[in-house]
Amino acid sequence: MSTPNLHLFVLVVPLLSALAVNLWGRNNRQMIAPLVLGSLAFSVLGSIVVMGNVLRHGTISYTVGNWQPPFGIELIIDPLSAMMMVLISVVALLASFSSLKSAEQELPGREAFFFTLYLILIAGLHGLVLTGDAFNLYVLLEITSITSYGLIAMGRGRAALSSFNYIIMGTIGACFYLLGVGYIYILTGTLNMADIARILPTLNAPVATTTAIAFVLVGLWVKMAFFPLHAWLPNAYSHAPTGAGTMVAPLMTKVTVYLMIRVILNVYTPALVFTHDWVTNGVMWAAAIAIVCGSALALGQKDLRRMLTYIIIAEVGYMVGGVFLANSNGLTGAILHIVNDSLMTLCLFLVVAAIIYRQGSVSLDSLQGIFRRMPITMAAFTLGAFAMIGVPPTCGFFSKWYLILGGIDGGHWEFVIALVVSSLINVILFFRIIELAYFGSLADGEHHEHGSTERHEAPWWMLKPLVITAVLLIVVGFSTGPLINNVISLIIPAGF
Amino acid sequence: MEAVISEIVAKYNYWIYVVLMMIGFYAMIGKRNLVKKLLGMNIFQTAIILFFVSIGVKKGGGIPIVDKYQALAGGVDAATVVNPLPHVLMLTAIVVGVSVTGVALAVLIRIHEEFGTLEEDEILEKLRQ
Repeated sequence: MSTPNLHLFVLVVPLLSALAVNLWGRNNRQMIAPLVLGSLAFSVLGSIVVMGNVLRHGTISYTVGNWQPPFGIELIIDPLSAMMMVLISVVALLASFSSLKSAEQELPGREAFFFTLYLILIAGLHGLVLTGDAFNLYVLLEITSITSYGLIAMGRGRAALSSFNYIIMGTIGACFYLLGVGYIYILTGTLNMADIARILPTLNAPVATTTAIAFVLVGLWVKMAFFPLHAWLPNAYSHAPTGAGTMVAPLMTKVTVYLMIRVILNVYTPALVFTHDWVTNGVMWAAAIAIVCGSALALGQKDLRRMLTYIIIAEVGYMVGGVFLANSNGLTGAILHIVNDSLMTLCLFLVVAAIIYRQGSVSLDSLQGIFRRMPITMAAFTLGAFAMIGVPPTCGFFSKWYLILGGIDGGHWEFVIALVVSSLINVILFFRIIELAYFGSLADGEHHEHGSTERHEAPWWMLKPLVITAVLLIVVGFSTGPLINNVISLIIPAGF
Repeated sequence: MEAVISEIVAKYNYWIYVVLMMIGFYAMIGKRNLVKKLLGMNIFQTAIILFFVSIGVKKGGGIPIVDKYQALAGGVDAATVVNPLPHVLMLTAIVVGVSVTGVALAVLIRIHEEFGTLEEDEILEKLRQ
């Protein structure tokens, strides 16, 4: 199959079904699940076909509305964006099974609105990885952000306040990005990424170029919650409705990291970004501190979901550090970690969703003896935890391995030490929970509503995607080699 | 002093946008009232809109509406019209800004329902209890 517009349908089908969900799903709740699952399943199939085409025939450039680039908006599907499309659609489909169940329980009567935002967010994420236009990227970034503000604000209690803080921080990030684009436009007179990359190195304007790069990167760092700018993330992700967290947590930060890689490789070219050693070293130190602080803060949490949000912050440090190592191993590790971290985070958040569905809370106290109640869920949790720690043959091991190799190649020992320390902290974090869940005495747990030994597994709708994700963790781990040879090595620029 | 003043006067549009942006930034970070934070956010966005609009301006440039047949026959002298592209970009940015403000106002209503106040200190006080 080689329809020339297929990649556009991957984006458009969720977008249109978002409208359909809003129109028909409001009165007829039966309509929501088929629309959501159907459109996302189409996206998965479409993106896999697109990826096959890209790998066989090379990068696709597509002009929307036949306005030729650099004037029109260009969509570019190279191996990296094709891989991201597959990742986004697969994660979204798996998460949506669980979200349908959680939304039914947590947001009765509001599911139609929830899934309208949900699908628009997914369409926006697809747009982000497709676009080849710097301003279009800003608009899509705001589409994804606005929908996630809405999704997070649908939660109970403090959710609205967390969402408001996210709005303020997210807008600062987006405005910084926009300012950077403004400076690039003044310098080059174009907004097309390939055109910018062609013109920018020929200009002799180091100060203005650096300013533009700084604004864009800081803007993206705010959006991805890179360490000193991370304060909004834990609250926003842990107060969101469970169904929203399952999809937003694995995808949003990772897609923003992808944008950073895209901007560094294809807009500014690495030669212009990594010019000042003190900047690169500063970012490396920030990444190292992000990793250590994220992990250390995770230790202090008494709630599983909140703990995971701090781990996300540490993982963002892994990826930013990997990119700023500016060598081939580091970049390979960072890109590989985008895939692996999405799947690991998805796995753990699906577990959280399943536990919340059954017992309403994931505070560490309430997890005592949960192995006996939800054995399959907790088996998947153990696998996800192993991947986070980096135990072979789960996928987490391989990306961490490449990041450490890259750190040694680049002589950034602070980064290597941070990675090792964070792995050790992850061991403590997860084994504490596994111990509690496996051996936790039920005598203490009896005052909980569900403190019985009776087996009370999550519903099949939540269990199936969870088991698939857990299996994927190992499958992706074993297919690391082909993934690097066939996809990632094509993206690493020459001279790295 | 002379040099500084002439520098400021020569690039006054950038100075105005920087000052406006800092006012917005201060309101977002320093103010304790959530509505004031939102207003600060709007000022911040407006500063960037001003920045973009000002970079399209040319001295003596007219509005960029030209006669189609004349343009096809003789082309357009770029110096006679202002650059419309930044202005058009800002139309989109204004739409984005309005949507964000709309969502933020809706969220503020939710916060007010939940806590009965929009003062950050009072909300934090209630959360601590």
